[in-house]
Amino acid sequence: MELVKNVVCPFCGTLCDDIICKVENDEIVGTINACRIGHSKFVHAEGAMRWKKPQIRDENGELVETTYDDAIEKAAQVLAASKRPLMYGWSCTECEAQAVGVDLAEQTKAIVDNTASVCHGPSVLALQDVGYPICTFGEVKNRADVVVYWGCNPMHAHPRHLSRHVFARGFFRERGRSDRTLIVVDPRESDSSKLADIHLQVGYNQDYELLDAMRAAMMGHEILYDEVAGIPREEIMEAVEALKNAQFGILFFGMGITHSRGKHRNIDTAIMMVQDLNNFAKFTLIPMRGHYNVTGFNQVATWESGYPYCIDFATGIPRYNPGETGANDVLQNKETDAMMVIASDPGAHFPQKSLRRMAEIPVIAIEPHRTPTTELADIILPPAIVGMETDGTAYRMEGVPIRMRKVVDSDLLSDREILQRLLKRVMEIKTASK
Amino acid sequence: MITLKPKEQPEVPLEVENVTPDAFAGKTVDEIKALPIWHGNGTVPLSDFFEVEGEAGATAAETQIIIDGDVPQTKRIGSGMTAGEITVKGNVSMYVGVGMKGGKITVEGNAKSWAGQDMSGGELTIMGNTGDYVGSSYRGDWRGMSGGLITVYGDAGNEAAEYMNGGKIVIKGDVSIMPGIHMNNGLLIIEGNVIARTGGEMAGGTIVVKGVIDEFLAGFKYHGVEKDIEVDGETIPGAFYKFTGDYAIKGANGTVYAAVAGNSHIAP
Amino acid sequence: MEHIIKNGFVYDPLNEVDGEKMDICIKDGKIVDSVSADANVIDATGKIVMPGGVDPHAHVAGAKVNVGRMYRPEDSKKDVEAAATGGRAGSGFSVPSTFMTGQRYAQMGYTTVMEAAMPPLLARHTHEEFHDTPIIDHAAFPLFGNNWFVMEYLKEGDVDGCAAYASWLLKATKGYTIKIVNPGGTEAWAWGGNVHGIHDPSPYFDIEAAEIIKGLAQVNEMLGLPHPIHLHCNDLGHPGNYETTLASFDVPKGIKVNAKTGSRDAVLYATHVQFHSYGGTSWRDVVSEAPTIANYVNKNDHIVMDIGQVTLDETTTMTADGPMEFDLHSLNGLKWANCDVELETGSGVVPFIYAARAPVPALQWAVGMELFLLTEDAKKVCLTTDSPNAGPFTRYPRVISWLMSNRARTDLMEGELHKWAQRKSSIATIDREYSFLEIAQVTRATPAKVLGLSDTKGHLGAGADADVAIYNFNPEIQNPSADYRALEAAFQHASLVLKDGIPVVKEGVVVNPTLRGRTYWVDTMLDETVYNEVVADVEKQFKQFYSVNFANYPVQDSYLPHSTPVKGVIQ
Repeated sequence: MELVKNVVCPFCGTLCDDIICKVENDEIVGTINACRIGHSKFVHAEGAMRWKKPQIRDENGELVETTYDDAIEKAAQVLAASKRPLMYGWSCTECEAQAVGVDLAEQTKAIVDNTASVCHGPSVLALQDVGYPICTFGEVKNRADVVVYWGCNPMHAHPRHLSRHVFARGFFRERGRSDRTLIVVDPRESDSSKLADIHLQVGYNQDYELLDAMRAAMMGHEILYDEVAGIPREEIMEAVEALKNAQFGILFFGMGITHSRGKHRNIDTAIMMVQDLNNFAKFTLIPMRGHYNVTGFNQVATWESGYPYCIDFATGIPRYNPGETGANDVLQNKETDAMMVIASDPGAHFPQKSLRRMAEIPVIAIEPHRTPTTELADIILPPAIVGMETDGTAYRMEGVPIRMRKVVDSDLLSDREILQRLLKRVMEIKTASK
Repeated sequence: MITLKPKEQPEVPLEVENVTPDAFAGKTVDEIKALPIWHGNGTVPLSDFFEVEGEAGATAAETQIIIDGDVPQTKRIGSGMTAGEITVKGNVSMYVGVGMKGGKITVEGNAKSWAGQDMSGGELTIMGNTGDYVGSSYRGDWRGMSGGLITVYGDAGNEAAEYMNGGKIVIKGDVSIMPGIHMNNGLLIIEGNVIARTGGEMAGGTIVVKGVIDEFLAGFKYHGVEKDIEVDGETIPGAFYKFTGDYAIKGANGTVYAAVAGNSHIAP
Repeated sequence: MEHIIKNGFVYDPLNEVDGEKMDICIKDGKIVDSVSADANVIDATGKIVMPGGVDPHAHVAGAKVNVGRMYRPEDSKKDVEAAATGGRAGSGFSVPSTFMTGQRYAQMGYTTVMEAAMPPLLARHTHEEFHDTPIIDHAAFPLFGNNWFVMEYLKEGDVDGCAAYASWLLKATKGYTIKIVNPGGTEAWAWGGNVHGIHDPSPYFDIEAAEIIKGLAQVNEMLGLPHPIHLHCNDLGHPGNYETTLASFDVPKGIKVNAKTGSRDAVLYATHVQFHSYGGTSWRDVVSEAPTIANYVNKNDHIVMDIGQVTLDETTTMTADGPMEFDLHSLNGLKWANCDVELETGSGVVPFIYAARAPVPALQWAVGMELFLLTEDAKKVCLTTDSPNAGPFTRYPRVISWLMSNRARTDLMEGELHKWAQRKSSIATIDREYSFLEIAQVTRATPAKVLGLSDTKGHLGAGADADVAIYNFNPEIQNPSADYRALEAAFQHASLVLKDGIPVVKEGVVVNPTLRGRTYWVDTMLDETVYNEVVADVEKQFKQFYSVNFANYPVQDSYLPHSTPVKGVIQ
């Protein structure tokens, strides 16, 4: 058995890079340091069926095994013919593949969108309106004495997040957890809230109301009502004091606040609270991003086009407007007439109305496993898995870029190679038709 | 007067930045027919989707356009227009009157989101309902609608008058949440009801709500009841609770008037 | 492939060519003395010929640049471009997307651009963006001035250890120089504070800016780096800061130049000095102290500076000077982004509107102009806008027109520019106009030389890279002072630009958008034993205090497809 060290985990946005993989006969058979979710990804414990060859659905609706050349040819024909193609997903692949993807979208005058659109898209809209004061994880570990988790349950979704940054000892926090005040804001009791020093049990869909009261209180104003969002005025004042008295505070926020009523406005006002807290304390924030490279797509798309997601290349120049040019917007409004899915599973996560449109139009899936999305797909192109079978860059949730390692070999093409071949073929078709 | 009679509207939507009095003025019918419009990721002549009749004026101000029917898949009607008139005898898609500087647009049906975004002058009237972000700014911009008048006879969605900097919006029906979010200046009148977060993070400007506000924000200050309030040079009769805020924002001086009738639950 | 550029008016300060009509010969991407009769003839009759432009300080690639793009869709929307043939579309006025960045530099005749601030932990990001930035050669400056290791070594007086660490970090990040930003101040910002002046110790590390500047200047010369320390002084943008600036300038004075590459004379490169030349005590009584600063530079030979000229646009400020950006946000109330980077540095981003009609921007414009015009020797000055901080790099042609035309400045001052420009500075009394030779000096020769790249960049002598810009302006019949608008247009869209002998721009249009430039970085070592000890120590600290593993930190070679290491000396 061989031990491969410093492996980067291709599961969540925490992007743990201290994983040791146990490899036998070119297969990962075990891990050290990985959380249970990361571990199961490495050893394929989820039991998912892996596509070993490209597939095309025949006229009877049956999937038929085929070659990459054939499947890529068919996919290229679909994309070249489409009046408004949608290319969605991107969050579980590496940045160079994403870059080829943005190029492909531009050449086919498509809409390109990633999973941020259904997770931290509201955070992006908010940071575009009011700003983005963040720090890297090490700052939290070394300095933070007040740690807030708002609308997230890291114990479940990001299992090593707490142990690596909050429980861990840091340069100025030699005792680790006991040097820090942990505040959890969540309507529910959770495994994370149980660990908290302060648990603000905000009413459902009342995050904005609570934040508005906290901000006014922080500025020295009286809170208008005795109770806001189910929390008594005095308790709000205590929480505000705890935040103001921080030496270094950090707000981690998750889907519980990005997707409660008002969406991006909850984040907007949370960001502004953090900004204003810097008049009293040092305070920063980090969004708890899910897919391991959802952040990377937003970075790549931004430096290539100027916009992080929901990019519409229809007119040859990039345009951007979530709400109009998001994957679900163009599916539900029936604007899109062909879809390519890569490195995500909208079949499992999109609303029914979107899935109905997916069923109506040609769908190309670049996807290693059998998933609800591949059930809807007409063409399936299976890639090697990034971080295990091929390498590339990923961006951690706060923007630290890390090189994903290749641990074992695979006969399959990488996402990058598939996209490059698809791009080449689409360009040939477009040139020929001119 | 030019009449555009819509043919069948396609699933993949049209974008018609060219359908304005400014673009039509001084052109022959054939020239107007040939104007390019976007259909998905390609352009087609206007005549592919509209029958064109009539005569354009010599200038934008002298040009009137009638869209004679439903165009629910057509975006950006009247984009950036400076003068003249557009009447739509039906529903429109997004961005009607976006960046409008002058002239008049009347939509006799409903309008989807971003109606009158970044408007700086003119009049936009929507007889039916509208979606989210009526009279808003573009993503990321802290400078939204700066002038002109938007009137919505039906209901509006979320974030009406977002980052509004000037001008006036009147919504005769109900709105959903966050009317006047981040408003800096101008006047928003809502004759119907509001669910929540009226004036959230507003730094300035005035919001008048004649209907019922279900929930109100705790970052405001209460100043008692005022009768027959005077806003923007006009007197609005009735009794109103007066609030100022949103004090979540540094230096805020926005005003929210909420009709006394039906709103006693939000007065402390 | 051979080319001969015939009959142009050549401006090449490093070879003392001042507008002479002469031919430039090119073979295999290099300037040569002669070519065969088969050479492709490029007719430059009636046109200006200069070496490719060199930008020594701009923010074009990396984490905070991308935040600037991402969080300003309203800036992206107002300036968009469809793809040039074979190229890519893009957007962004103040912070263009990468493809647009490379193309717009090339269109202006620029072929080398330095990214002025790279957080070491995020170095990979900068290199990824370089990969998507066409045409221009480039390098990135890793940040050293608030680095824990640097502060610890220097506090203990271990300059050798610091030098070993610096050489390791330059290699690990594939960086080019020692960049210092608000030394000690950004570390203080990690606790919400700042330092003021050069003798205000940073919290915990208890080290003064003066000690950091001096120590790193010593390290720089010990390592024989091509470029001197690249210093963004403390107190940026604060009225009264000129005293800090002058004191900072004095710190490395007396250290001997020891560049192993190139031929620089300076031991200090001071950047965006415009932002550091203010008198008074507040924004009410602020005045220009540019004459005092220019006077210092005139009298001292250890320093080269760039200006950071305000261009009177709406733009996006971005810097590793974290506390400064929070101050700016508090001042203008616009959206604030920030990123503190563990053990190393920080950054901030805030939009800013330099309205000509507003008093402070008008004064800032005047301060920059005074620095340009009162510094006698153009060999000490580089033209920058600290892009996009004082304005986007696409305004260089306008800055050139202000420098070459007193009329352009007067028209502006008598037009919409706020009277503070005249009341609080001496700009209205200065009638100096730059010559084309001086323009070539501040946009080519000075930056190339101070970067240590003048063997191959910034001139048109034999052996130089064949980076050439040809402009549609005839100095024999056109007067740049009178016809400053034509001058600006000519420099905005060059007639022809060659990069390594390959045409990349023709009549202002990018014709070779898939070309990629070199990445320069410095590969140097002082003493192997000390180096190995230091690296072992760094690895130990990594385990405890960093959030990535030591083995995953260095930028892999695969990120630099056109890697061009500048070798130092192994003693």
